[in-house]
Formats: sequence, C-alpha cells, structure tokens
Amino acid sequence: MYRYDQYDQAIVDARVAEFKDQVARRLRNEITEDQFKPLRLMNGLYLQLHAYMLRVAIPYGTLSGTQMRMLAHIARKYDRDYGHFTTRQNIQYNWIKLEQFADLLDDLSKVEMHAFQTSGNCIRNISSDQFAGAAADEVADPRPYAELLRQWSTLHPEFSFLPRKFKIAVIASDTDRAAIQLHDIGLQLRRNDAGDLGFRVYVGGGMGRTPILGQVVRDWIPVGQFLSYSEAILRVYNRYGRRDNIYKARIKILVTELGIEEFTRQVEAEWALLEPLGLDAPQAEYDRIIAQFAPPAFDPAANDDLDLSDPDFRLWVEQNVHPHKAPGYAIATISLKPRAGIPGDASSAQMDVIADLAERYAQDEIRVTHSQNLVLAHVRKSDLYAVWQALEAVDLATPNLDLVTDIIACPGMDYCTLANARSIPIAQKIAAKFENDIAEQRDIGELKIKVSGCINGCGHHHAGHIGILGVDKKGEEAYQLLLGGSGAEDASLAKILGPGFDENGIVAAVDRLIAFYRSARAAPDERFLDTYRRLGPAPFKAAVYG
Amino acid sequence: MPRVLTGNRLETGDVLWWNGSDWSPRIADAVAIGDEGEALVARLVAEERINDPVLIDVTGEPGAFVPTTTRERVRASGPSVRADLARGSLSVEVI
Repeated sequence: MYRYDQYDQAIVDARVAEFKDQVARRLRNEITEDQFKPLRLMNGLYLQLHAYMLRVAIPYGTLSGTQMRMLAHIARKYDRDYGHFTTRQNIQYNWIKLEQFADLLDDLSKVEMHAFQTSGNCIRNISSDQFAGAAADEVADPRPYAELLRQWSTLHPEFSFLPRKFKIAVIASDTDRAAIQLHDIGLQLRRNDAGDLGFRVYVGGGMGRTPILGQVVRDWIPVGQFLSYSEAILRVYNRYGRRDNIYKARIKILVTELGIEEFTRQVEAEWALLEPLGLDAPQAEYDRIIAQFAPPAFDPAANDDLDLSDPDFRLWVEQNVHPHKAPGYAIATISLKPRAGIPGDASSAQMDVIADLAERYAQDEIRVTHSQNLVLAHVRKSDLYAVWQALEAVDLATPNLDLVTDIIACPGMDYCTLANARSIPIAQKIAAKFENDIAEQRDIGELKIKVSGCINGCGHHHAGHIGILGVDKKGEEAYQLLLGGSGAEDASLAKILGPGFDENGIVAAVDRLIAFYRSARAAPDERFLDTYRRLGPAPFKAAVYG
Repeated sequence: MPRVLTGNRLETGDVLWWNGSDWSPRIADAVAIGDEGEALVARLVAEERINDPVLIDVTGEPGAFVPTTTRERVRASGPSVRADLARGSLSVEVI
C-alpha cells in the first residue's frame, strides 16, 4: 500500500501545525466561534449533540495494521473506547475534546493519517472498491488512481471552496462495490481491445435531498489523461455550480439543469484548453505510485483446499468470504453488524485484534467498506480458520454479509445535530427479528436495508433495496419507507412506497414486506430487489398498507 | 411552558445546563429561565466560552425537567443506544 513520501508528510505536518495554532487561538478566545467553525470543519471537527465529533480520512478505505492500531489508541485515549466506520470508508469519533485535539493530530500524523477534507465544500476522501487488488474481476488495482486523485485534490487551492462538497469513487471492475453512480464523479477503470487502460467517467450522481444517478460524460478517457479531465469537470462545476442555494449547489443539479449533452460540451471545451498545459502526472509518477500498490508476493504453493468440517466456520465462509484472484487465497469480510450491535461501530479492543490479524495473516492490509464493514483482502485459505476463530472471540464473526441484518445506518439523532430521527434503534429492531436465525436470513437472501436519520442520506437510504428515512413529524420521530434502490452496477433509486410510520410501525412494515417477498418470489434465489423490479410497487404496497 | 438554558463547553464539547449561577452537566440541576433568558444568551454568545447557547422548552418541575423535543431529550440523556454512556440525570427511557 502507499507510503507517504517527504512531500506528503510535509503537507500533513504543515497543516497540522496550522490547525493546532488555530485551536490554541480559539481556546484563548483570540478568535470567535464564527471565525473558528469553518476552520475546524475543514479539519474534520464537528460539534454534534454530545461533544465534538472527529472524522478521520481513510483514503480509499485502505489501512495498515499500524494505522488501525493507532485508530484504536485514539479511541482509547481521546474518546470513549470505540469508533464508528462510515459509509464513506472513514472513521468517526464521537466524544472528542478540543483541548486534547493537538495531541490527537500529532498521533494521527505519526501513522500518515489526518482529518482534513473530511468536511467542507472541497473534494472529500476518495473512495474505492474494498476488494481492490484482490478481486478476480478487476482489470487493474484502482487504488493507484485513487491515490493520484488524493494527491491532486489535497489542499487544491482552486477546489477548496467549491459550491458544495464533492465526492469521487474509483473502481476497476464491472461489479460496482463502491456505488460510483451515486458520486459526483464515478470512475470505472477499463481495458480496451488494444490492452490500454482508460476510464469511463460518470458525473452528477448523488443521494441526499435530490437523489440522481450519475450519467456518462465520457465513455473513454485514457488513463494518462484522467486527471486533467477530472480537473476540467471540477472547473466547469466550480464556475457554474449554484452558490445561491445550498440545496441546489451539488454538481448533480448543474448537470441536470444543463443537460448531459451541454454539460459534456462545456467539459470537453474546458479540457481542450487544459490538456495541453501538462497537468497530468508524468509516467514516472504513475509508475512510482503503482509500484507501491504492487501485489503482495502470493505463494504459488498456497493450499487451495479448505476444511469446512466446522459448521459455524463453514457458514461464515459461505457468507463472508469471497474468491481471491490468487489461488490459495481468499477475501474475508468482517461484519460490523453483530447481534444487538451498532452498525459500523468497533471497540478499541476489536480494532487491535483486527490490526493483529492483518499483520499476521493478511499482508498488513485492512479495508473499510461503504457498507460499514471491514475486509481482510489477502488471506491464505489455510489461515482462514485461525482468522475466523480470532474474530469469533471478539464478536466479529457474524456470518451475515449482505443479509437482512447487515444494515447500514447513519449515527442518526443519537449523535448527529442534523438528524430528524434516530437510525440505529430502527436498524437494531429490524435486525433483532432475524438475528437469532441465520437459516432464515439466508433463506431471505441478499437484502440491503439502509437507514438514514435525515434527508442528507448518510445512511444511503436511496440506494437501499429497502430504504428508511427518518423525518420530523410535528416534533415526533417518523419514518418513510422506500423500495427498489441499488448502489451496485444495477444502480437505481428507491422510491417512497406510501405514508410513513412511527418507530414500531416501520419495523412491522419491513416485516410485512419481507413476508410478502418470500411468498411472491419466482424462485428461491430471486432477490428481494429483483422481485420488486419484476412485480412493481403495487403488491408490496398492498402487503404493507392493506 | 418553562425554558432552560443549555449549550456545549468550548474546551470539551460537553453538554451543559445553566443552574442559576454556573453550568452543570446534569439537566436535573437546570433552573427555569424567565424573561432574562435572551439577554443571558446574548451575553454568553459574546463571551465565546459556551458554544451554541440556546433556550429550550421543557415540561415538568425543577429537578425533573424533561425537554419537549426528542433531540434535546437525547442530548440530556446520552445516546439511546449506549446505556453505558448515559448521563444519568435523565433516563433514556424518556426519549
């Protein structure tokens, strides 16, 4: 994985020193909160319901064991012994003290991490495929390109004050595990008939108040020119994106208002001016970065057999383990959705265990998924049983990946100032109905339930097979029910099914939906989403509302 | 309807309530604020040591005030999903 060079570290050190000074000045009352707030937000520090919340960037969701151990240390020393992995592959801490913040930043920077550009109207953390470098279906590892985007976008002076925040995702396979069509820019790395690499570029996707799927702005941009092309998109957005209305400021609104043809014309015109200026990285820089993502030295003699005689282990392998491109290896997903747990939360002790396992068994790499789980991407099959046993010992071996209990939930009104309703209790109540019967969960099959506590959609409710949106109804928590969303390669936006519910009502409604689906599916392996797409909303609506 | 004054301490972010002479981490210590509330908020804003000072509506009696909104009840009790982190002065059951 990528290691900082002297320039990366110098940038982080300078920015940390700058922000530490700003914190000190605020604590001495030399600057007001109105002056300080935009500065702290640019450094990932929010004031939430109970305390300051810090969002730490995890570039394209990749961590080393050392970095994960530092995240555990921060949870233990500066927070309340846990962290929350987010739908943007970052981690959040909920109980941070401003007066300890300088020390915290120093600790983070020791392991090449920071928190800047995790808030504010800038290019946010670049996200990617959690199976990158391990998936058999990728054309190349997408992370070198995500890393190049990270370097390009870090403190980019032209794009530090965009009309609104800007999110980019990069994948390299036809299977979309990063929801690229729901990003401001989605990049799919492909290989053409000549063997060259290039990107299909989506633009204008997003969730939130106005959910829109991204559209193709260019079907092929050679890999050597994707940076200048991205710059052209950002320039058009920065110039014409609306700054008069926060609800219409995202690029998706600009693309929609202009139409994709006119937007494309403007981007192409801008790129025609930019491309000759030599903004793209030289081949040597590509080579330098790609070399740092060179595949581990997989053992060609690694045993491809797996002893599945332990039924619990077998269940976990069948549900949470994916094929690896190298024979004798596997990709293991660690569920952060244990029984009665909080989606995405991990204790410092659990983080330490994961760090140990990564170092010992997984080439010292951990990935964060946008579904709030973690991945050990390079595990010898012969080590899987030991990994599973270690995970089982700390409640991290729940075999529920992509099942009804693998629910995404934002922090909601248990933590977040923006939320209108709580999300986590809804996820817990739905999961409680199924979590004691794994056979029933597997019979239901793939079912992605996603819960957001407000219209901003951090819980990705618009991409849920079943989406739940918390709203405020005359001071009371209420929940809208949406169906038919997908953040995968078959991307679609969930639609509201009917009137909303209270807390218990929404849980019962999901129960009725699932019961109807099981009675109506055309075959045992027809997914909930496919049954919905085949039948349309009417019978589901009848099942829920009578 | 009674009102109480709440905010977050600058240095720590801790949730606090005004007890008539100082700040308390317990809503049970909060006092009802009368017409002087707006002036008090204006003073606190100017002092810049308490973030987001605000008067909120509550029901009940002193010592047992309960905020009228779910949001403020969560602030007073702690996250409803982490009983181990509860503040103790307001039961999560009231959320």
